[in-house]
Amino acid sequence: MKRHAPFIIVALVALLTVGGATTLYRAKRPAALTIGKDHPAKTESGESTHVLGSPNAPVTLEEFGDFQCPPCGALSSPINQLEHDYQPRLRVIFRHFPLATHAHAQAAAVAAEAAGMQGRFWQMHDLLYREQAIWSKATDVSELFNSYAGLLGLNINQFKKDTASDKTKERVESDRKQAAALGIQNTPTIFLNNRAVPPSDLNPASLRAAVDELLKKDSSSK
Amino acid sequence: MSKSRIQAVFYSVAALISLAGLAEATYLTVLNLTGETAVCGGSASCFQVLGSAYAKIFGIPVAGLGAVAYFSAFSFSTFAAFGYVRARTLLALTASGMFAVTLWLLYVQAFVLHAFCRYCLFSAALIFLLTGIVVINPQRD
Repeated sequence: MKRHAPFIIVALVALLTVGGATTLYRAKRPAALTIGKDHPAKTESGESTHVLGSPNAPVTLEEFGDFQCPPCGALSSPINQLEHDYQPRLRVIFRHFPLATHAHAQAAAVAAEAAGMQGRFWQMHDLLYREQAIWSKATDVSELFNSYAGLLGLNINQFKKDTASDKTKERVESDRKQAAALGIQNTPTIFLNNRAVPPSDLNPASLRAAVDELLKKDSSSK
Repeated sequence: MSKSRIQAVFYSVAALISLAGLAEATYLTVLNLTGETAVCGGSASCFQVLGSAYAKIFGIPVAGLGAVAYFSAFSFSTFAAFGYVRARTLLALTASGMFAVTLWLLYVQAFVLHAFCRYCLFSAALIFLLTGIVVINPQRD
């Protein structure tokens, strides 16, 4: 029996490792997400979401992002660059999905919405991602966000009122509900023409290639 | 305590350390494959390391290679604990390889990426312990 014991132990550990890894993979595996045709381009309250680019663009890149998520921050500039390079054939939509694991993600989303109330959503969006490493570590982010609002030339008093208002929070919540309804679990989750981009393709080169592919399909179908 | 008994204890500890490393490396491999981004809990330096080009070799996650290495170390430690002499040599070779790779990865984190990931540091600590046990085992034949 003792002669066989190491073989049994090693085989058992191998089985447990493979079994555990498979179970974890199944639990964490992102589902093949798609957005239905009835997916609204507006929030629950009827307001339009944050859109960059032409409404008639043949390709739509829709991101569910979290301002405190480092991968979202890493993709922010490349997505802006894509929108710039492909306009007017690409439009970009941003929706909030602040993760509970990120302490300041909700406050950042609300700050972006408050900036949006004064027509500066995208400027705040870019600033929050650019300064992510700084405010993510701060204990009190509200002072920092107020200073960002000042930097963007916003009316600070109005910005403070808006960050405290229910309206901005409801807008964030509305996006979060949509994300939940679509089964989204991670950020960033990016849809290209309503089809989720696989996590392994969430990098600038793959996104560009995917946009190229969709544009090619669009021009060949005309 | 007899010589073989002490050796068995040493190799059993090495097996337990390898098992901890195997669990961690398997967890990181799965999260890497699923594209889970919350793994770093908002730590920018952690993501900088796990999301860097150094986190994959020919498209294979380094954590996956680590899991294979830890499993090998676990297997050799277990066999060595049961008195298989050749397993001791294989364990020494595996631990040496893991030690060398760990030094390289620590160098990359400190001087190339200028960021450290807590999972990598935990793994480095385990490998240092494992190597220490293999090297200082005073009862080697």
